[in-house]
Amino acid sequence: MAERIIELRDIKKSYGQVYALGGVDLSVDRGEVVGLIGDNGAGKSTLIKILSGVVRPTSGDILVRGRPVSGWSAARSRDAGIETVFQDRALAVQQTIVRNIFMGRELTGFMGWLKVNKEIEEASRLMREIGFTSKVFTPHSIVGQLSGGERQGVAIARAIYKQAELIILDEPTTALSLTETAKVFHFVRQVRASGRSILFIGHNIHHVFDIADRFVVLDRGKVALTTDRSAVKSAEDLIHFMEDIAHPGGLPGLREASAAEQGAR
Amino acid sequence: MSKAMEPDLQNPFGDGRAAVEGKEWRHPASHGLRGFVLDNRASLGTLGVFIVMMAVFMIANPTVFTTWYLYSSVLTTLPVALFVVVPLVFVVTCGEIDLSFPATMGFASWVFALVVQAGYDPFLGIAAAVLTGILLGFLVGSLVVYGGLSSLIATLGMNFLLRGLIQIINEGKSMALTGLANSPAYKIFSSQVYGIPVQIFWAIAFVVLSAMLYNRHRFGAQVKVVGDNPDSASQMGIDVKRVRVKVFVFVGIGAAIAGCFSVMINFTWWPTAGDGYLLPVLASVFVGGTPTWGGIGTVAGGAIGAVTVSFIQTGVVAAGLSGFYVQFFNGLIIILSLLGHKWNQARYR
Repeated sequence: MAERIIELRDIKKSYGQVYALGGVDLSVDRGEVVGLIGDNGAGKSTLIKILSGVVRPTSGDILVRGRPVSGWSAARSRDAGIETVFQDRALAVQQTIVRNIFMGRELTGFMGWLKVNKEIEEASRLMREIGFTSKVFTPHSIVGQLSGGERQGVAIARAIYKQAELIILDEPTTALSLTETAKVFHFVRQVRASGRSILFIGHNIHHVFDIADRFVVLDRGKVALTTDRSAVKSAEDLIHFMEDIAHPGGLPGLREASAAEQGAR
Repeated sequence: MSKAMEPDLQNPFGDGRAAVEGKEWRHPASHGLRGFVLDNRASLGTLGVFIVMMAVFMIANPTVFTTWYLYSSVLTTLPVALFVVVPLVFVVTCGEIDLSFPATMGFASWVFALVVQAGYDPFLGIAAAVLTGILLGFLVGSLVVYGGLSSLIATLGMNFLLRGLIQIINEGKSMALTGLANSPAYKIFSSQVYGIPVQIFWAIAFVVLSAMLYNRHRFGAQVKVVGDNPDSASQMGIDVKRVRVKVFVFVGIGAAIAGCFSVMINFTWWPTAGDGYLLPVLASVFVGGTPTWGGIGTVAGGAIGAVTVSFIQTGVVAAGLSGFYVQFFNGLIIILSLLGHKWNQARYR
């Protein structure tokens, strides 16, 4: 059995009286692509923030490679080999590409002085790796000058820089054009081929279905379903499942409309 | 499906890239001199303002502006301002403001004066003052950061509070430190070399070191990122609060050094020491080209801004105008500089 990179046990998170997560178990093994899906407000974002250490759970255990951790934080999460590409990309847009790639992880030498040349070298290599083939932008370019897809590229370059073991992609294809989306998927396959794990969060079930080995469906702060890819026949099955949990008994007309849509295809 | 939605196989980057490529925009760093100009446009703009201003003054009264005395007097007082302008560039870049530095100057230089008056070596006095500055900076910074207060109001409050404390204890009495003139510390920090006030060399060294800290050190890098996008910074594991407290401590250190220099110039400590620096120093930061919104800034520009602001007063009087014109020209330079910087730098969101 593959090594378990991270495991969450009975994670609860409440904001005041409101429970965002009510006891979630989730694990990611080495080399696995897990698709995390769920409606708005299902708790996906909170779960991601807990995994990346930005938010602390109210209760529950976090295990990294089988060992429970204490004092979980964003810095600890990155040290443990977990890199997150946040939905908002977490970029500082007035700074250069190189400063964004090394944000919070500056390459420093004696007494904290930056190794500027090494950073630029590494940044150029990363930019080539993720397909910044254009000569228009250099590591010195300001991120604010880049398009949405290119900004996503910078966020991804930052995530792959340190050979992370688990890369969390939070809705990486939202607001991207068709070709940019294709590039993101190309990258996801590359990462999987290199044996690293991915937790892919998406609204678009078709997107998630294409690349995930396993699906976790989140609903109102709880895991409603965990299933292997092989157990699901098609993306439509998953969609039906989600419609069922969202509206038990079905919305009047919804099922018919959906059936009609399928018939039309 | 419309044609526009189809993936363009000839241009795998989509239309966004095509538009940019169409403009043939290239990064300035690959163009030598032009790159240097574009990368340093804020500080060069400030330098331009300074040169134009000086040219106007010189045309108005050529004889006064060729005498060394005029420059010597500016070079004596300018260093005091530089020691606070530069740390303030860091604070503003970090998205905060510190209005408490005049009181920190007064407080730290008070400690310096007390140590010197008690008969100890002035070096020890400077060390004690810097330590006081660090503590006060930490206090102010913690209040703002951990107390979650607006830095504008909280530091204004701290300025009154600390100054009030100085006034209560000293009851308005100043301290004369006549023994200072014979001390080695005075020779090193406040004498003249070939007619040039030696303070300016220390100030330049401070500016250069700070500029390196700003551009080539992890501290500067994190200050900029925190000022640019604190949420992103904390998501990437930067301790945002710690970075913010650090910039306030840096102001404390700068203010303490500035306070010691101002006492050494006058051989006297006044309970109002530092008070007059509040507005000129703030003006220098913004005249220098550091924008108010945080994330970017320029140390060199701030220093040139300080030079500009110090020359306004001297220049206006020396050019033959009455002292009543000083404030008018101060305002004029500030407004013109801000307009220039607005035109000069784009703000990316």
